Amino acid sequence: MLSTALSIAIGLFVLAWLLNLGRLIFGPSLPDRVLALDTMYINSIALIVLYGIQQSSKLYFEAAMLIALIGFVSTVAVAKYVTRGDIIE
Amino acid sequence: MDSLIEWAVSIFVIIGGVFALVGSIGLARLPDFYTRLHGPTKATTLGVGGAILGSLIYFSWQEHALQLHEVLITLFLFITAPVSAHMLAKAAMHRDLKRMKETRGEPWKQ
Amino acid sequence: MKSVMDRVLPFPSLSLILWLAWLLLNGFSAGHALLGAVLAVVLPLTTKPFWPNVPRIRNLPRMFGFVVVVLYDIVVANISVAIKVLGPLKSLRPGFVEFPLELDDDFAIALLASTISLTPGTVSADVSQDRTTLLIHALDVDDPAALVAEIKQRYERPLKEIFEC
Repeated sequence: MLSTALSIAIGLFVLAWLLNLGRLIFGPSLPDRVLALDTMYINSIALIVLYGIQQSSKLYFEAAMLIALIGFVSTVAVAKYVTRGDIIE
Repeated sequence: MDSLIEWAVSIFVIIGGVFALVGSIGLARLPDFYTRLHGPTKATTLGVGGAILGSLIYFSWQEHALQLHEVLITLFLFITAPVSAHMLAKAAMHRDLKRMKETRGEPWKQ
Repeated sequence: MKSVMDRVLPFPSLSLILWLAWLLLNGFSAGHALLGAVLAVVLPLTTKPFWPNVPRIRNLPRMFGFVVVVLYDIVVANISVAIKVLGPLKSLRPGFVEFPLELDDDFAIALLASTISLTPGTVSADVSQDRTTLLIHALDVDDPAALVAEIKQRYERPLKEIFEC
């Protein structure tokens, strides 16, 4: 029961991730691509968390947390760069 | 495993998956950047929220103690998602991206 | 007395949040409670110059009520946005709406902007240099004036009461 539900949920997140990949490839503008990357990292966090449940292991929590931290900083840095042409003024 | 816990975890992870998928469908399908911004910034946050709630219930049951550290990820995403959305919206306005012709009102140029 | 308190714990709520986050990350034990407490005192002291003036929360019960309302709105509005995203796109009426701010504190404005972005259907896109107007992009809005009135009544008024600014 739980393993079926987990497989379905992982399938849904992978589908979402592939849609983000499509947006990342086809753009058309730079902010669109950054937004696609932003959504991708958030979906990846969920995938890692679900994989953790599947493996019954709490080790993956740290990886999810790190992706959350780094993903946010990189999105903001790139968005700032697109707006200002500079990250630290 | 208690079937009640199993049901709760299953329902939360699937709800999370559905919301994340809808958010990403929005990202793929909506016509201009500003409308696309709406899909991921929330639906995905709630999507991850569902997965995290499932994980929280599962590990709390497994360890026989409340495991709250997963909540930190959700909390962090709830704080950061609006900030990234705001920065991206500013970037889009700066680049003067084209918008749906039905759009009312004007973006600013600061 | 007051000055000693200010010198050791310049931001009590920040210290509390740091301590709780440390315990959540590392598990509850006496050692981590002590180490977390040391960090909760040292980190705010060393980062004090970086912090803008953060207003104190004056009305704690109102704060909890506000959080509950926002969480409820996130869930309900997510469903309505999901339906709009999956439905016909031709009927969407997106628009930029200017929101006149009554709050006059940067931190409270940031909280309001985040709340607007988290509740689906609206994203705060920009704030004017003089902090009097917020630019909101709405996914589907029939009446901009009604949207502004709803945000004012539902989010801005509670925030005004919480921070009294």
